[in-house]
Amino acid sequence: MIKVENVSKRFTLHNQGGAVIPVMAGASLTVAPGECVALVGASGAGKSTLMRMVYGNYLAASGRILVGGLDVAAARPREVLEMRRNVLGHVSQFLRVVPRVPTLEVVAEPLLEAGVAPEAARARAAVLLARLNIPERLWGLSPTTFSGGEQQRVNIARGFVRDYPALLLDEPTASLDAVNREEVLALIEEAKARGAALLGIFHDAAARARVCDREVDVTAFTPAREV
Amino acid sequence: MSAYNFAYLDEQTKRMIRRALLKALAVPGYQVPFASREMPMPYGWGTGGVQVSAAVLVPEDVLKVIDQGADDTTNAVSIRRFFQKVAGVAVSEATAQATVIQTRHRIPERALEEGQILVYQVPIPEPLRFLEPSEIETRKMHALEEYGLMHVKLYEDISRHGEIATSYAYPVKVEGRYVMDPSPIPKFDNPKLSMAAIQLFGAGREQRIYALPPWTEVVSLDFEDYPFEAARAPHACDLCGAGDSYLDEVITDDAGGRMFVCSDTDFCGERRAAGHVGRLGESA
Amino acid sequence: MRDRTEGPLLRVEGLEKRYGARLGCGGVSFDLWPGEVMGIVGESGSGKTTLLNCLAGQLAPDGGRVLYDMGEGMVDTVTLDEPARRRLKRSDWAFVHQHAHEGLRMNVSAGGNVGERLMGMGARRYGAIRAQAVDWLGRVEIAADRVDDRPSAFSGGMRQRLQIARNLVTGPRLVFMDEPTGGLDVSVQARLLDLLRGLVREMGLSAIIVTHDLAVVRLLADRLMVMQGGRVVEAGLTDQVLDDPQHGYTQLLVSSVLQV
Repeated sequence: MIKVENVSKRFTLHNQGGAVIPVMAGASLTVAPGECVALVGASGAGKSTLMRMVYGNYLAASGRILVGGLDVAAARPREVLEMRRNVLGHVSQFLRVVPRVPTLEVVAEPLLEAGVAPEAARARAAVLLARLNIPERLWGLSPTTFSGGEQQRVNIARGFVRDYPALLLDEPTASLDAVNREEVLALIEEAKARGAALLGIFHDAAARARVCDREVDVTAFTPAREV
Repeated sequence: MSAYNFAYLDEQTKRMIRRALLKALAVPGYQVPFASREMPMPYGWGTGGVQVSAAVLVPEDVLKVIDQGADDTTNAVSIRRFFQKVAGVAVSEATAQATVIQTRHRIPERALEEGQILVYQVPIPEPLRFLEPSEIETRKMHALEEYGLMHVKLYEDISRHGEIATSYAYPVKVEGRYVMDPSPIPKFDNPKLSMAAIQLFGAGREQRIYALPPWTEVVSLDFEDYPFEAARAPHACDLCGAGDSYLDEVITDDAGGRMFVCSDTDFCGERRAAGHVGRLGESA
Repeated sequence: MRDRTEGPLLRVEGLEKRYGARLGCGGVSFDLWPGEVMGIVGESGSGKTTLLNCLAGQLAPDGGRVLYDMGEGMVDTVTLDEPARRRLKRSDWAFVHQHAHEGLRMNVSAGGNVGERLMGMGARRYGAIRAQAVDWLGRVEIAADRVDDRPSAFSGGMRQRLQIARNLVTGPRLVFMDEPTGGLDVSVQARLLDLLRGLVREMGLSAIIVTHDLAVVRLLADRLMVMQGGRVVEAGLTDQVLDDPQHGYTQLLVSSVLQV
């Protein structure tokens, strides 16, 4: 479902003397349907960078990144948008929403974008918010006013509201209490069971051990620094 | 007499105006630019109408001049005297006898006939000017028949007054093509715009001439659910008793006393001469 | 709603505009697909407003083509005859100005402002026009009892929303916006952005939004073009361009934004 082949990445800082910083080389991995793969490695080793490239948020310098048959590294913007809409979900660490939009709408939005009827979309969003223990009295409020943990759960609800064939998880259990952590792990297990391919970053070693089938150490993709 | 060319304007100027008039008649409702001349009267006193009259007058004509329907107001009297002096034409107050009638703000009550010419004095010829200040834009709108804005004006009337409150200079569509300002005649007169006589419109300051040939189709703009109505005061003339003429309200004292009289003085006079008497009238 | 048709809605090829020897914008080519929102960013004088005006038929370009899907294939709107182009501009296209007073008739009531495009397209029932105006005022969150008030009595945010209603009442497919949130208070901006996002999705609108506010494009635009000196220096997915800018100018632009 997700196949990364010999991908490299470098940043060129035009405003700092054109410094070129290679951050990744020869990255390769695959994630099969129903599988959960964890990216591991020290902080700064490039876990987030690789995730971002898979999502199309960062451009790859070379190599291929296949998601459901689409080469994200070479795809046109509208193809990437299409992929994000229908193939690849994303639970990020940061919630980015228009202020004033109610939480229920924020969670239902991926379904609305896919053309699901508003009532059905909101019903599905409500189920997820309830599972993640967001009190119903908050559903009509904008999540921008929520605590960090609440925002994180809204983000998770939004990521799981659709049954994407593939999903990126960026620290899904960070800053969650035991009860909610359990819910999120259950959601991940359900996604695996229905055949979704999951790629994630888990600092929570116990969580990783429980849901992940394999680990890929990105340190192996760190390029030799030429100084 | 010898001090002036016939009808004041030189022959070249009259020819220029006649060319504009012919074009205007050929394209009913279209505003034809013309090189308006300085006239020995200020703008706003009918310089456009006077130039048109000067261009169409021939020595055999009988001229009538009315202002708000009346032959005896300052504006009407001075224009009539002007043409008596510079053209030596016969003048009359009788609508039926006149061959050329210059008017400000009215159409005579008596139906005009073939062979007569009605010349209007026009202050602002552009009906779209109210909402669109750019001349370039309004010309384009006429050229492309983009007249939605005209209805915005009528919409505003209804939203503010509950009805189309525009009571004069009520816009019309000519032969299904050009939207035209019929000059500030009361909308009561709009249905008369399709008539046997030739109608010529002259705007001196704005340098525009437009025209309606006899029996041109002239439709007052309106909404389906707010149709055009030719309104008049719901009274009869207090002098001649006419119940179908356009009336002026005249305040008669400081105690709120008032009377309604025909704005068309010739029409009213003829009726009284024929024995009709209104509420306050005396038998002639 | 999206991807209903097979081809792009708008195709721009080699668009160029010069002011004498100075380049307004040049070498601009891109496709815009149905339902897509594209942002154009750059600092003052970068040519983004010139480009928008050329795209929207407000300014005649010196070279290039602006092809638009009129239903029977792509038509070059640059060479399209004027009556057809003007008809397009008041029916299938819309233009939202930065300053609401440029896009509104300030001496005409809110209802008249919204109704104008309808009347321009031949609507002649006062009651129906008014009902549609009230409906649209509701959709842009203006109370129905303000329908007879003139925009001069409205706040800046309300004027901008009225301008949007006036533009969208005929159900256009393509909306051009020039700094739609410029000059508004931050809270008012948020409300407007939220409204625009909802309308874009509900109506399946395509939009081209010029702004210098990167937060606005992040929230509204699917795609982004970055302009400098009249040229497009970078283009791509909005979040990719903002998070992984490739061009030096974009990097400068992104790093210049204050973080809150």
